[in-house]
Amino acid sequence: MALDNYTTIIAVASIVTSGITIGIGVIGPAIGEGRSVATALSSMAQQPDASATITRTLFVGLAMIESLAIYCFVVSMILIFANPFWNHALT
Amino acid sequence: MRLSPDELIFWQYGFIKLDATIVYTWGLMLVMVVGSKTITSKLSTGLERSRWQNILEIIVTGILEQIEDVGLDQPKKYLGFLGTLFLFIGVANLCIIIPGYEPPTGSLSTTAALALCVFVAVPLFGIEEQGVGNYLKTYTEPTIIMLPFNIISEISRTLALAIRLFGNIMSGTMIVAILLTITPFIFPDLMIALGLLVGMVQAYIFSVLATVYIAAATREHKHRPKQEQKTAEQE
Repeated sequence: MALDNYTTIIAVASIVTSGITIGIGVIGPAIGEGRSVATALSSMAQQPDASATITRTLFVGLAMIESLAIYCFVVSMILIFANPFWNHALT
Repeated sequence: MRLSPDELIFWQYGFIKLDATIVYTWGLMLVMVVGSKTITSKLSTGLERSRWQNILEIIVTGILEQIEDVGLDQPKKYLGFLGTLFLFIGVANLCIIIPGYEPPTGSLSTTAALALCVFVAVPLFGIEEQGVGNYLKTYTEPTIIMLPFNIISEISRTLALAIRLFGNIMSGTMIVAILLTITPFIFPDLMIALGLLVGMVQAYIFSVLATVYIAAATREHKHRPKQEQKTAEQE
């Protein structure tokens, strides 16, 4: 019974925390991506000749910003599917 | 649900395992090496050339142009390393349209190995270009206080490189797997199409970031004399 309680607490904490992780962690990258795309669009409208360079830099920058959200996603996936505390409690 | 293709084991004898990552990596390597060998064995310099030669020429000249645009002066010297990274990651990510295939880049072992290659290659290229002393001196730029931060950034960017590729590809396959249980027919296909785009962008990002790191390690001593000259002229 004690084991059951431990695993239940760990499961609840992991699931809730993974939801909070991805929910809060995505806010920053979303704002950053929106701002960078908006700036890139306006600068492309002002200087269409430079659009090739701007697009390449934009893609690199977007991927780097997005990787922050991906880190949160990886953490939440680990908490749900490969939880180290869960395995520790079971053994 | 599998987090990575490491957990799909085809054959096991004692502690020796053949998991999906190893099998698909070697399969891809075999296809790419044999394919490019057979194509390049009958190259022609005339106007009559095979379509496969054309496609390889487009790919190679495209990669060369991109490397030069990012800031390396002799792209041919770095083509072997950066082109291999781009082609392997790109092909590994594009093959997700084959049913039953799992991208080896969706496993943290593969991406960590690729990132470690970059981690080792950057100092090697830097030392080759400007010598051991000058290269080590770049760690103390602009002041000696920055030494620990430069070392930390060297390690953390390697970590970021590995996790970024792994996370993007793993999230693609994970989303398809989740959608298959909810809306089985149309939406997973759309997400696979998005996964193709994400995979190509990630292959591009990975090789461009490796190029930028190498450029930063090799460039330093070429630019510094110019700046000193400028300040000397101004004075």
